[in-house]
Amino acid sequence: MNGGLLGGSAALTGTAPSGATPEGPGQPARGVPWAKVCTWLAMALVVLAFPVVFPTPAVTSIAFFSVIFMAAATAWNTFSGYSGYISIGHAVFFGSGAYTLALLAVHLNLAGGMGIFWLVPVAGAVAMAIAVPFGLVALRTRRHTFVVMTIAAFFVFQLLAYNLSSFTQGSAGVSLPTPPWTATGFNQRFYYVAVAVLVVALGLSVAVRRSRFGLQLLAIRDDEDRAAGLGVKTTRVKLTAFVLSAFSVGMAGAVWAYFLGEIHPQFAFTALFDLSVAIMCFLGGFGTITGPLLGAALLESLQQYFTIQYSADNLYLIAYGVLFLAVIALLPRGVIPTVSGAYRDWQDRRLQRRVETVARSAGATGPPGVPVLERAASSARAQER
Amino acid sequence: MALLEVQGVSKAFGGLIALDDCSLSVEEGEVAGLIGPNGSGKTTLFNVITGYVRPDRGSVRLRGADITGASPARVFGLGLGRTFQQARIFDRLSVLENMLVATQRQEGWLRSVVKGQSSPKERARAGELLQFVGLERLARLPAGNLSFGQRKLLELAYVLVADPQIILLDEPAGGVNPTLINLIAARIRTLNDAGAGKTFLVVEHNMEFVMGLCDTVTVMHQGAAIVSGSPDMVREDPRVLDAYLGGSDDELFEPEPEPEGGAETRLGAVDGRSRT
Repeated sequence: MNGGLLGGSAALTGTAPSGATPEGPGQPARGVPWAKVCTWLAMALVVLAFPVVFPTPAVTSIAFFSVIFMAAATAWNTFSGYSGYISIGHAVFFGSGAYTLALLAVHLNLAGGMGIFWLVPVAGAVAMAIAVPFGLVALRTRRHTFVVMTIAAFFVFQLLAYNLSSFTQGSAGVSLPTPPWTATGFNQRFYYVAVAVLVVALGLSVAVRRSRFGLQLLAIRDDEDRAAGLGVKTTRVKLTAFVLSAFSVGMAGAVWAYFLGEIHPQFAFTALFDLSVAIMCFLGGFGTITGPLLGAALLESLQQYFTIQYSADNLYLIAYGVLFLAVIALLPRGVIPTVSGAYRDWQDRRLQRRVETVARSAGATGPPGVPVLERAASSARAQER
Repeated sequence: MALLEVQGVSKAFGGLIALDDCSLSVEEGEVAGLIGPNGSGKTTLFNVITGYVRPDRGSVRLRGADITGASPARVFGLGLGRTFQQARIFDRLSVLENMLVATQRQEGWLRSVVKGQSSPKERARAGELLQFVGLERLARLPAGNLSFGQRKLLELAYVLVADPQIILLDEPAGGVNPTLINLIAARIRTLNDAGAGKTFLVVEHNMEFVMGLCDTVTVMHQGAAIVSGSPDMVREDPRVLDAYLGGSDDELFEPEPEPEGGAETRLGAVDGRSRT
């Protein structure tokens, strides 16, 4: 705030804008962003304390599914949100993760317990291994063609799960070993493992956003050919994001499968997975870091609540449809960008008023006229961002 | 040896012949202009030179090395920068981030994944160039908020990040207000001066801009370069007027009546399709 006002008065008095510091232009002399850190810490605290404060199994079960989908949505957004390539095939990774954990547990004759959670990263790795050839083929196409390619891949995997019955047990599904825990302890353990997966997914998402290749990914979203012309190795960049996102989604699928205790092809590889995750990201804010978290927390908990409360499994589908239309019509950018945009506008207006006050108190001595004010405000705004 | 040499390049899109045995050379250190009526193949020639379009025939050489059909990224890496008619910048990235995308072009895969978006050195360099084009105060704004002319300046700035030897500008003054046109011309001149010594090839319809800025001017007509020379020479060349006003042997189009009488008298005497 201070920096913004200083920038404004500097422009008023006609001195050089503070952008010309040796730090480079527009590098605000900002220390630690305490507000941000505090918000994240508070959120982490809420997430960690939740099952202790609300230990009822019905509630922790909802919380578990929400966290799993927060992880999945974050991971999906790491690829689709940043690159602009809408994938409807991430169910491939979710299902592969689920089947990897289930089949390994069954074939290795593992007893139910914490030990099985060690298979979660393995499931993620298998999803990554699948993502490489899948990505190499699908990423040769763009936009609608890419969407169709991913849908096709998803159906191929569902059919494989049905028909490789000697390996996947086909439509009979796979039953996983049951852990010997009480209902409360069961949910809590799963919840914290899900949180661990979420932390990994979020860490990857933030790391990608801040890395050089993440910047290149965003450039691809805006104009892929131009990015390629500037030397961005587009295939490599897209594939890396695709594979990283597959890793987290695969892990989420694995934990999900273990929680349910048995999996079937039509539930592990479901088109609803990608639709849900996409709606979550669009609702929260496509391509933002916090958007998918918000969208998934809202939608998944609502869906689970509906299912439990009204035992109407498919009611949420109608709700999703309505919500999707509402988001597209009213919040095309998603909640987070819309709210932060409104907040910024409000700040701008407040800043403008303060600049005007400063200008008025400077009175007749300062150079008069509107252009000065505009210049001051715009420079102040530029500093703010 | 010319810095950039285009030899006998032809390119057809289906039945439409965009380039027809077109040749052109740009000497080091000059500002070369490329003019011609709409549809004469100027932008296609740019696309061929910068690797966006593969020619059917002919070759492109940069410092004697054959770069025909090289990828746009490779051409850019070899020191040939290019801006587009509709400035192509990354709208949802900030102005500074736009600059940084162009910075990171030769890097291993792991490095690009692990390293942060930019080093202080890169930011400083980006800042310098933004200051050069007068956009430094807007560094943190989303590039999509820029005006048409500012977009062109930003595109020029991020092409400069890679420190190219030769820069191809596609209509740098088109649709830009007069103040910014002057700024753009001044910046091109500065870059061309002895210190930086950059070579330019400029497509432009604004004749005042071209004649004031360019050392040599090449005129294209129906996919071929028909005249090349100093601005004054080109201005007087009858074939140029013919190309712009429609030739006598052009069966498809009637020559448009020209309000200035001088042009019409010259028209009759011209053999329109002769080439240099």
